[in-house]
Amino acid sequence: MLYKRSKDDLLVDLFCYLFLIILSITIIIPFMQVITISFSPTHVINSYGLKLFPTEITLEGYKKVFSDELIWSGYMNTIFVTVVGTILNVLFSVLGAYPLSKRYLPYRNMWTGLIVFTMYFSGGLIPSYMLVKNLGMLNSLTALILPGLISAYNMIIMRNYFMSLPESLEESARIDGAHDYTILFKIILPLSKPIIATVSLWYGVHHWNSWFHSMIYIQDRDKQVLQYVLRLILSEGQVDEVGETLAEAAAVNSETMKMAALVVATLPIICVYPFIQKYFVKGVMVGSLKG
Amino acid sequence: MANIKQARNKKSLIKKEHPTLKLMYKHRMLLSMLIPVILYFFIFKYGPMYGIIMAFKDYYPVKGLAASEWVGLKHFDTLFNGLYFMPVLKNTILISLYGMFWGFPAPIILAIILNEIRNKKFKKITQTISYLPHFLSWVIVAGVFIEFLSPSRGFVNFIITSLGFEPIYFVTEPAWFRTILVGTSVWKGIGWGSIIYLAAISGIDPQLYEVAEIDGASRLRKIWNITIPAIVPVIVIMLIFSSGKIIDDNFQQIYNFLNPRVLRVGDVIETYTYEQGLKNMQYSYATAVGLFKNVISFSMVLITNYIAKRTTEYALW
Repeated sequence: MLYKRSKDDLLVDLFCYLFLIILSITIIIPFMQVITISFSPTHVINSYGLKLFPTEITLEGYKKVFSDELIWSGYMNTIFVTVVGTILNVLFSVLGAYPLSKRYLPYRNMWTGLIVFTMYFSGGLIPSYMLVKNLGMLNSLTALILPGLISAYNMIIMRNYFMSLPESLEESARIDGAHDYTILFKIILPLSKPIIATVSLWYGVHHWNSWFHSMIYIQDRDKQVLQYVLRLILSEGQVDEVGETLAEAAAVNSETMKMAALVVATLPIICVYPFIQKYFVKGVMVGSLKG
Repeated sequence: MANIKQARNKKSLIKKEHPTLKLMYKHRMLLSMLIPVILYFFIFKYGPMYGIIMAFKDYYPVKGLAASEWVGLKHFDTLFNGLYFMPVLKNTILISLYGMFWGFPAPIILAIILNEIRNKKFKKITQTISYLPHFLSWVIVAGVFIEFLSPSRGFVNFIITSLGFEPIYFVTEPAWFRTILVGTSVWKGIGWGSIIYLAAISGIDPQLYEVAEIDGASRLRKIWNITIPAIVPVIVIMLIFSSGKIIDDNFQQIYNFLNPRVLRVGDVIETYTYEQGLKNMQYSYATAVGLFKNVISFSMVLITNYIAKRTTEYALW
């Protein structure tokens, strides 16, 4: 490429690179502090100074976190809800998206309209809570899966993807005597891997990160999901920062543990993130084509 | 025999006399896929909408919804004349407006900046980093920031005190609370939000840039006259989407940052609904609050969509 580098050209470059570097730093630094605190013994935390790199390492915080039974049960519940929830989410979204992608489906616009409407209007918190309560799902993990079985938004994106597939595929299968279920599961789905992957990931991350429904629908502590357990740990014995002198040692020691819990809850997503990121990005692109 | 005949008659009746029934029969399998889906939406989405009538009744759990007494607009009356609701509404609107003001343009700016970067590797790394916060829950983000902004250990206050100033109690200081909310939501959403604009930018015909180059356009001019006009449709659509959220404050975020010291500036409709409804068991009142919020959000989407349709050619429907 031939570029005549003028003064304002350089200025634009300078600004752009600087902006991105600063943005990246603001994202990385808070985590560096959290990781450092999670590894630091009490006297380091109490001392004055920069806390971005650990100077002394202790595993006390992590030992405490891993001996906490709630962390383990939280992990198990989150994994269960994420796996089972995501499978059901995707299955039912496909079942909705495929018929709605067919122009010849009787009353297609009415069904679509009914579903899209729920994206903009809802009963609200209390009626939803009452419904879950009346269905007898309180204090059970099904309350974390069933009420959010289908996200209208994800389903519409899937529908748009199905609509972009060539119709001739379906027609030729039909001539060979295939019915709708065969066409969907044998022909359409294998061709839809990108969108299935993206939507599964969206649902998966949503389940992994959700805590609110766990907070309102579940009473037993050992049925809570990881994020809510983390919330409990973080707010437990929360010393009012203003009056921090009281029982400082104990409080700060629990600080190590809190930060360790934070790391433990964040780690899985940080580990899989680089691998799943590109699918996510692709999905947004797919969705935006026909937004 | 008679049964078969009857069945045959029925079939021919469907075929001949009811074109829609015929069509439905023809596509019965397709429709059968839809049954669980429709059932789900009716039970879990429209079901709670029926529950809205709770807002017009004095709901007693013992009596049940149907038998509870109708009270008309009583709860809305308490809502508008109550001491607490107006400050809550004000917080909601202010936080949402600040959030829109900073949060809406941020991803657009990031997308434009990323588009100007020619070093592929640098672009990829910074992009990857900028998307990361989107994948973390608000519990985690709030936990990280409360630590990061802590007056005794936090990095930010380390710099402030190193410069010789007094440490700031960011998270418990009402004057800082909204800034923290807006800042963290930009922090969390900027990268992810930029993807959709990047997608739009990648669809721009490169010839346009080349022609502008020949005409001697500067980079800023190219951004202003080519990149931005090309992404206007996406901007409009995104604006309509987010308009519904003007009042739809981010419960997940606020609830994780909220503490008694900042309740005055940070209590918003959703936290208030949760507090009144599920904690204080004021079911009917909280439902009325929720309904008020829903109607406003829904109207906002309709109004923005209408305006967008009138002023530009882009709209959701």
